[in-house]
Amino acid sequence: MIAFIYGIILFAFWLLLSGHFDPLLLALGLASVALTIFLMKRMNFIDYQCYPLLSLRFPAFLVYIFGEIVKANIDVIKRIMTFKGESISPQLIEIPLPQKTDMGRVIYANAITLTPGTVSVELKQETVIVHALTKEAADDLSSGEMARAVPDQVIDKAEGS
Amino acid sequence: MELHNNLMFVAASLAILVTMGLALARALMGPTVFDRIAAINMFGTKTVLLIAVLAFISGRMDVLDIALVYALINFIGVVAVLKLVVNGDFHSSPDEENTSSKADRG
Amino acid sequence: MIIDVLSWILLVSGGLAGIAGAVGMHRFPDFYSRLHATGITDTLCAMLILLGLGLQAGLTLAAFKLALIFVFLFFTSPTASHALANAAMHGGLKPKLDSAAAGNKP
Repeated sequence: MIAFIYGIILFAFWLLLSGHFDPLLLALGLASVALTIFLMKRMNFIDYQCYPLLSLRFPAFLVYIFGEIVKANIDVIKRIMTFKGESISPQLIEIPLPQKTDMGRVIYANAITLTPGTVSVELKQETVIVHALTKEAADDLSSGEMARAVPDQVIDKAEGS
Repeated sequence: MELHNNLMFVAASLAILVTMGLALARALMGPTVFDRIAAINMFGTKTVLLIAVLAFISGRMDVLDIALVYALINFIGVVAVLKLVVNGDFHSSPDEENTSSKADRG
Repeated sequence: MIIDVLSWILLVSGGLAGIAGAVGMHRFPDFYSRLHATGITDTLCAMLILLGLGLQAGLTLAAFKLALIFVFLFFTSPTASHALANAAMHGGLKPKLDSAAAGNKP
């Protein structure tokens, strides 16, 4: 059922990008949609839990993360322009992963990497090792503000659907 | 399209070209192999942006499709090269890591 | 007219952000801090330039494709950065850490 919905979305996507309605191109589109669904099934992506992406907090998270990205970018650019050797203080820190779902963890780790000044180096079961460019960025991350903003399984009763 | 509109795209593409040149210099100099891959990744991102700007300079919006595909190819290429550098081939699984100190063979 | 001025500002500041990231790539001392510099070009530079182009495109299919390029870049670039950092760490490349903060090493 979910595979069918994915198929419709993918085919609409194909139509939107191609803009041609010849029978040949429509058939090619259908074939590629079928191939994609087959590959997704093979990789076990269909039954995968992607509820955090559907959560109501996701748009708020996007707004928050864009604000963080712009702030962090300005900070790093300042440090590049005034670089003397003391303006950066690289650190490796280990911070907890409070998210319950895998997708929530992936979103969190990606958000850490997307913000310049911090890069997630290694994901473990309960923690993530982060390389931070400055002590301030490391402290910001340890405060856990970003971890609370990440959407994680808000529709938690949706397993049956 | 008017002249001052084209001028802004030309300015943006010049800035992108300067960035690409600097990234290429880092890729040629880079002390470790990972520096080179990071520089090439940056070069690829800038290529996507350059193609997008070129689409506006030439006024042919079909070119944006190429930028779209290039963004994906760049990612897959970087991951494939990383796999080759770390494992030595394309087919070992990440579990059997034979990672000796390959980091400093520039 | 206002849109043109806004596009100028966005495109030029995007280009400058890209150049700043490339300069950082040459100034920073080791691989891991250089990775932060590439992060700038992947996020802020791409964001500003694509937004500037989108303002010129208006509400058309071209703007949709630009948004799609933006989404792809934002999904792939952190993944590539993480893969690079992870591979470098497993490859035995030690980051240069600040000596004052040696206490909380994992």
